[in-house]
Amino acid sequence: MFRFFNQLGSYFLLLKKVFSRPEKASVYYKQTMHELVSLGVNSIGIVTIISFFMGAVITLQTAYNTENPIYPTYLIGLGCRDSILLEFSSTIVALILAGKVGSNIASEIGTMRVTEQIDALEIMGVNSASYLILPKIIAALAFNPFLTLISINVGILGGWMAGTMSGVITSEDFIYGIQYAFIPYYITYALIKTLFFAFIITSVSGFQGYYVEGGSLEVGRASTKAVVFSSVLILLFNVILTQLLLS
Amino acid sequence: MIRINNLNKSFNGKTVLTDISVTFEPGKTNLIIGRSGSGKTVLLKSIVGLNEIDSGEIWYNDILFNKLDFEGKKEIRKEMGMLFQGSALFDSLTVEQNVRFPLDMFTEKSLEEKTERVNFCLKRVNILNANTLFPSELSGGMKKRVAIARAISLNPKYLFCDEPNSGLDPLTAILIDELIKEITEEYSMTTIVNTHDMNSVMEIGEKIVFISEGVKCWEGNKHQILNSDCNTLNDFVFANALAKKLKQEPD
Repeated sequence: MFRFFNQLGSYFLLLKKVFSRPEKASVYYKQTMHELVSLGVNSIGIVTIISFFMGAVITLQTAYNTENPIYPTYLIGLGCRDSILLEFSSTIVALILAGKVGSNIASEIGTMRVTEQIDALEIMGVNSASYLILPKIIAALAFNPFLTLISINVGILGGWMAGTMSGVITSEDFIYGIQYAFIPYYITYALIKTLFFAFIITSVSGFQGYYVEGGSLEVGRASTKAVVFSSVLILLFNVILTQLLLS
Repeated sequence: MIRINNLNKSFNGKTVLTDISVTFEPGKTNLIIGRSGSGKTVLLKSIVGLNEIDSGEIWYNDILFNKLDFEGKKEIRKEMGMLFQGSALFDSLTVEQNVRFPLDMFTEKSLEEKTERVNFCLKRVNILNANTLFPSELSGGMKKRVAIARAISLNPKYLFCDEPNSGLDPLTAILIDELIKEITEEYSMTTIVNTHDMNSVMEIGEKIVFISEGVKCWEGNKHQILNSDCNTLNDFVFANALAKKLKQEPD
């Protein structure tokens, strides 16, 4: 229990350092642009592939589970849309990014710690926590909503293709279904969750990497911890935010 | 000038440095020597503020460094350059970007001016035509020289070197030693070098502090070290067979 509060305290102290005034805005801006590419643009591929196939699977499973004449077939499109909007494109994509981006951040910063690169920054008079973590947080907050929007669109496209190509639903029914009883607030809900999850992934992984002590083994452990803690926090905040935003 | 008064440092109750008092003079290559695990690196990291000390004083000229807050330390650190044991070059940046990093961060110079300064520093350490290479493409000696170039890019008043010769062949090690000595004299810096390499001691040791088990045992220069009456120091200095033989048969 003491260890938990110790870690929690260290996390908030690190955040205080991270959000202190940057030494030079232009250097941080350049670093943020670099992180936008590294953490955001480079994740488009995996998000697209996973969203496409998940959309396809959601459609097929919904179709097989609603094989009943009393259910109109357009419900398959509606089910696909709501599953993707409410849960998949924000939460599941965040869990995938926790694995890809979180481990990347923890191992990058952890390696910098064990090879004394962070000490080198400190010696120069640079606020290393802010320089290394703040651009990643800003980049993720700025780009992850786009990833969520891409995921929503590609997921629905995957569902449409799987549904029409397998013959479980006609194109007209699917399109009617995804328009039926549409609540635009669901998009806002998904984007708000995405912002929270983006902050969790980058700050928790940054924290795990920043306080690595030892060598390559510890960097590996920090990387695993970053993914596990980020994922658990994402699931916890998913429950809290759902209750707050949809109740 | 850097002055240390009664410095004590421990980790988890284990004492690592005990009552260290020493003055490091500007324009001289000051050496901290001692066996592995004697507390040299902890002392150096305490001096630069990477380790919080338990008690004592660290003065940079007339500023009590260890009592400064984060922002205060940052100001002094802008006048420091440090060469780490593993060079600590930023992996994701090229040689040129590594050396330019402090200039980007702390100066308002134009890109041309910064590039000119980078090229000057790289030329000073004899690194030519390597601006676009990444640290992973450099040899150990080149990495050290690039790290020196980065350390001097802002014309620091203080230069700290932690085991600058570790992992280098004897000839490259001498070149690095000479470079550190030349730069120290050229810019009148206060340079502190951590080493356990006796070649370095005899090459550049203008002021030498010997640490054993966290305690300062001896202080002097390279001319006095061979005739010291400190047994622990003699065990360290004459550790290898050749040195022992030379001591027994000076002629």
